[in-house]
Amino acid sequence: MTGKRRLHQQISAHNPGKIAVSDSVLSIRGLSKAFGGLKVLTDISLEVSQGEFITLLGPSGCGKTTLLRLVAGFEKPDRGSVYLDGVDISSLPPEKRQVNTVFQSYALFPHMTVAANVAFGLELKGFRGRELNDRVNQALDQVRMRELADRYPGRLSGGQQQRVAIARAVVNTPRVLLLDEPLSALDARLRRDMQIELKRLQRELGIAFILVTHDQDEALSMSDRVVVMQDSRIAQIGTPREVYEDPANLYVARFIGDINLFPGTVIGRNGKNELQVQIFDRRVLARSDKALQPGQLVQLLLRPEDLRLTEDAAEKVPFFWGSIMERSYRGSTLDTTIHLDAGPVVRACEFFDEDDPDFDYRVGERVKVSWVQGWEVVLPDEDPTH
Amino acid sequence: MKILRTKTAVIGLICGWLLLFGVVPILMLLTSSFLSQDAAGFYRLPFSLHSYRQLFLDPGYLEVMLRSLKLAALTTLICLSAGYPFAWFTARFSKRQRLVILILLMIPFWTNSLVRTYAIRMVLGTHGLLNKLLLATGLIDSPLRLLYTDTAVLLGLFYLMLPFMILPLYANLEKLDYRLVEAAHDLGAGPLQIFRRVIVPLSLPGIFAGCIMVFVPTMGLFYVASLLGGARQLLIGNLIQQQFLNARNWPLGSATSVMLILLMTVMLAGYALIMRRLTARGQRS
Ligand SMILES: Nc1ncnc2c1ncn2[C@@H]1O[C@H](COP(=O)(O)OP(=O)(O)OP(=O)(O)O)[C@@H](O)[C@H]1O
Ligand SMILES: [Mg+2]
Repeated sequence: MTGKRRLHQQISAHNPGKIAVSDSVLSIRGLSKAFGGLKVLTDISLEVSQGEFITLLGPSGCGKTTLLRLVAGFEKPDRGSVYLDGVDISSLPPEKRQVNTVFQSYALFPHMTVAANVAFGLELKGFRGRELNDRVNQALDQVRMRELADRYPGRLSGGQQQRVAIARAVVNTPRVLLLDEPLSALDARLRRDMQIELKRLQRELGIAFILVTHDQDEALSMSDRVVVMQDSRIAQIGTPREVYEDPANLYVARFIGDINLFPGTVIGRNGKNELQVQIFDRRVLARSDKALQPGQLVQLLLRPEDLRLTEDAAEKVPFFWGSIMERSYRGSTLDTTIHLDAGPVVRACEFFDEDDPDFDYRVGERVKVSWVQGWEVVLPDEDPTH
Repeated sequence: MKILRTKTAVIGLICGWLLLFGVVPILMLLTSSFLSQDAAGFYRLPFSLHSYRQLFLDPGYLEVMLRSLKLAALTTLICLSAGYPFAWFTARFSKRQRLVILILLMIPFWTNSLVRTYAIRMVLGTHGLLNKLLLATGLIDSPLRLLYTDTAVLLGLFYLMLPFMILPLYANLEKLDYRLVEAAHDLGAGPLQIFRRVIVPLSLPGIFAGCIMVFVPTMGLFYVASLLGGARQLLIGNLIQQQFLNARNWPLGSATSVMLILLMTVMLAGYALIMRRLTARGQRS
């Protein structure tokens, strides 16, 4: 956590969110799709490079599955195109695209054994005999399903079916593998294991993965870049650190991780990277290079782990008085809910250290809430109710 | 206690019913097939294998059996080829459309099939609707002989049996997970390969059920063959009818019936076996 905000400087320096077009495998340009009158995707653009792990993150119904279906070829876009290795594949049927999908329902063929399921795509490409066998076995080894090769899918557990579905897709060595919430049906433990295995597999294969999820932890821990979607549009594309530490808007900030919001007004600018902001009865300095005008309503964003509880904060550090509503010990961390005198309720999360006197606070006790300077993010307030 | 007694009573009633109207008649049929013909009464002692010998050794009867099998097979094939696409597209329609189609399919059942066979006669006859239409449009100069042909019989059987093919097929195809079709697409299969390697294997239970439901009853539909095919013995059903009613050879009629029942049993057993195999794989639960 100590290295946290160094990122801001890096981002403004050379913007790692942009990928050079030359090593791009999949290129989605200005894709739009509507069902009936309902806009499901609006002007989606995304470059995916060789071997990259991308997650599509967003709430239910924001169009994630539809985007994958457009890339796989099950739907035709109303506008925009999809390029694979520089070739426009928008009008090709799914069977002609070098893209494979791991379906949310797995969609294994129930009348074929595990091995026959995995062999299906290769047989269609003309593989026969030994070569076919070797490739199928290799794929089954990769997902550790070799022993169950002769079983029928109906006799497999959810996790095992999942592995077969992955093997069946990757055995075709697609340029891009699409995975639609592949882990959502698994229990928490199995899910973690599969996350690690998927990551390993992706590294080994060097294939670009696009994985759909609505689990933000999954998105942050697995991907090279996260695409955050907000009803039919892309809200932000960035590395996990970028979307977590420098969210593009309040929606992204709220969607990924916990967030504390401090409503305020811009007073003025102190040089290129610093703003003066009025928060409640206090004037604070906040780091920001965004074009915000004096008088503009803003929100100061602080993650729970950015907040510090103390009684004797040095005068220079900004703080707000509040009283403790709730404390919960979570093993490695201690979570505290504080009702600020100024109104809002905030959550702080600190690493547990039994020698630290701060950890002796009781419920109802009054504390000063401060934060690590420079870790705050200032965003224009989009919500008119504030 | 009371529930238990009621249950016992119901089960007893069902068993009694089956015994009286199922097992006993079949036993009577079986017994009479091993008896001798009696010109005055129905049959008489002694026991003999004469009827079966006649059935298998007399080229005439064998021919009827083979012709009957062929006609039933042909009917089944035509029903399958027409019924499969029908069931497939019906299953892909919206819920409302499906309901309408199924109701339209059922409506003819409200009319007795014998009556409907007479209706076909009226269409196909020398002065029937079809001939009148063709004459009026100038496509032909003199009426065609449509009735009393094998084609007319086939047409009648097809018309009567088609719903029995469509319904089990539809019930099966409606349950087919369309995502499997998409998965096959995704893995590189074209429409024909998907049909052959995914849709057909998955709808095998429906195909078998439909074929049995068409094939077996077809062989017994004697009145279709008589009304549309003339006085010739086309189907096993005709043979049975003739033995019982005209020739008054009850043992031979019984033996023929026994053969038909046997055939039906073998086919149903085969069907059950296939379904068990599929269940064992976990393909169906
Ligand atoms: N074939 C279709 N016809 C009509 N509407 C559709 C169709 N497919 C999707 N939609 C609508 O498009 C919207 C986006 O659907 P989509 O499945 O892409 O969402 P999603 O982000 O994958 O959601 P979830 O997380 O629940 O899977 C939804 O409102 C859905 O009802
Ligand atoms: Mg979805």
